[in-house]
Amino acid sequence: MVIYWLLGENPIIWYLSSIAFESTHMNAFDPAKRRNFLKKASLGSLAALLGTEIVFALPKNYLPVALENDPQTLFGKHKDLILRNNLPWNVESPAHLLDDNVTPDEKMFIRNNGLVPETIDVAAWTLTINGEGVRREKSYTLAELKSKFPRHTYHLVLECGGNGRSEFYPPAEGNQWEVGAVSCAEWTGVRLKDILDDVGIKSNAVYVGYHGADLHLSRDASKEAISRGIPIAKALEEETLLAYQMNGKDIPLVHGHPLRLIASGFPASVSGKWITALSVRDRVHDGEKMAPPSYSIPCDPVQPGTEVPKENMCIIEKMPVKSLITYPKSGAMIKDKTLLSIRGHAWTGETKVSKAEYSIDFGATWTPCRLQQAKNRYAWQDFEAKVSFPQKGYYEVWVKATDNTGESQPMLTPGWNPKGYLNNACHRIAIKVV
Amino acid sequence: MRKRLNTTYYLVIFALGIFMLVIIGYYVYDSSVQEKEGFIEADAPIPLEEIENRIENGVHVQTGLVDGEGLNLVIANCTACHSAQLVTQNKADKEGWKNMIVWMQQTQNLWDLGDQEEKILNYLAKYYAPEQAASATFRRPPLKDIEWYDLTEQ
Ligand code: HEC
Repeated sequence: MVIYWLLGENPIIWYLSSIAFESTHMNAFDPAKRRNFLKKASLGSLAALLGTEIVFALPKNYLPVALENDPQTLFGKHKDLILRNNLPWNVESPAHLLDDNVTPDEKMFIRNNGLVPETIDVAAWTLTINGEGVRREKSYTLAELKSKFPRHTYHLVLECGGNGRSEFYPPAEGNQWEVGAVSCAEWTGVRLKDILDDVGIKSNAVYVGYHGADLHLSRDASKEAISRGIPIAKALEEETLLAYQMNGKDIPLVHGHPLRLIASGFPASVSGKWITALSVRDRVHDGEKMAPPSYSIPCDPVQPGTEVPKENMCIIEKMPVKSLITYPKSGAMIKDKTLLSIRGHAWTGETKVSKAEYSIDFGATWTPCRLQQAKNRYAWQDFEAKVSFPQKGYYEVWVKATDNTGESQPMLTPGWNPKGYLNNACHRIAIKVV
Repeated sequence: MRKRLNTTYYLVIFALGIFMLVIIGYYVYDSSVQEKEGFIEADAPIPLEEIENRIENGVHVQTGLVDGEGLNLVIANCTACHSAQLVTQNKADKEGWKNMIVWMQQTQNLWDLGDQEEKILNYLAKYYAPEQAASATFRRPPLKDIEWYDLTEQ
């Protein structure tokens, strides 16, 4: 029956296939074999004859649906993290779990584009620097990287470009992140610029693209899951690292062990994991997910829902100023006449956050919060305030940050864009005074 | 006459010989491209008979996809690379879903869906359509029904 449906009515195909099955000892009902047969078929004219029927080729032992797994057992994540997708892994943190100044591993979001590498051979791991912009290709072992170059540690925000996507309308496709695809961990490694100095880059270098060990979702080994990059100026910044430690320990596997590029201030997709090579390019890197619509926004603002041609899309090169209330958890009820402590973090792709304010009247009035200095550029800054409420009732506490350029957060979802990036609208929590 | 028969006979033998060579060639090629154990490329849909089709409360249990016409095609074609969670958390009209499929075909190894594409699109556009931006769910929905005009006097 299946065979008939696969092969249709063409007698020539029936003839060819019966011979093929016999002479290669194929069992017509062994899915893997049948699939191989179809693969061969697709090499020749049978593909054309079979047309779309080829779609029912059968991978053997194929797992029809991803095995039920959870990020706690696999990656030691906190049980209250929100699962967006288990193949590939995409997990975010609820706002109140991001209360720590340095985000611990178990509360850090996961954004994967492909499959986590199954084996990592630390001893044999090498980083190769190549591309049109290097004098000569050069490779380093992990041990060489660690011994040859000075070690630097920074607190660095990583935020997914699509954090907040779920608030856009018309809906933008991709993982429907709410507010928690952001973290600020302590990253330790060597400066990319020290490595590039050692290799020697030419004057034609304009971009650095990364290559990682993760496999594409289709498991096609010749295809990269993601290979993005940064302009050379960003690569030469002091805080741009090739990190081998996170929070004082080896980087957890799911976050890029043993080597991760960290370029904070850009969408976190440029901070490639499981790095095996960096290409110094003489043009804007053209790896996987560099092309629009990925990680790009309309160069000129568009009306919501507009289809934007590729050539009118521009690569995102800076994350906007933003903040998050991490205490208390939304929904807190408090007694009348008591002060409410609030706190959270504010960050920007610019130099620093200069102001954080809160409002309990939907933005009619704003009151400054106490704001900490940043540990270093691209670290988030803690804010806190004691809030009093004039009378019983329902309130929303909104927080708004302003950075050194004078730019602050919109209260509404900002400019719509096809893939729903850069939503830096103010965060808010619900409070009831009873 | 006899000579002609002979020629035909030889021709048939010759043709069969070529054919056997091709088959042997295939066989040799086949063994050389056998994939490593445990490495299966997602380069084709999942066979329908391997799909467990338990439906509870109108939802396909294993994938979380809404039950409806085209469900099996969507499971077979759309859960081979990533989980159905990527489908169920998204909403778009038919054109939007078509655009996503084209993007995956151009950049992510998704195969040609042939005449099944229409059925898949109908399913997606029906069960995973954008909800109307009601004032109840949006504090300030985007401006609607805009009548564009050229402003001349200022
Ligand atoms: C050959 C592999 C493959 C198949 C089969 C496949 N996809 Fe995808 N799809 C991908 C990849 C890779 C991504 C990007 C995943 C990511 O970024 O996390 C993706 C992303 C998506 C997204 C998110 C879109 C975005 O812009 O990020 C949706 C929705 C989606 N796929 C739906 C489908 C549907 C519907 C089908 C069935 C017609 C399908 N996929 C079949 C590979 C595939």
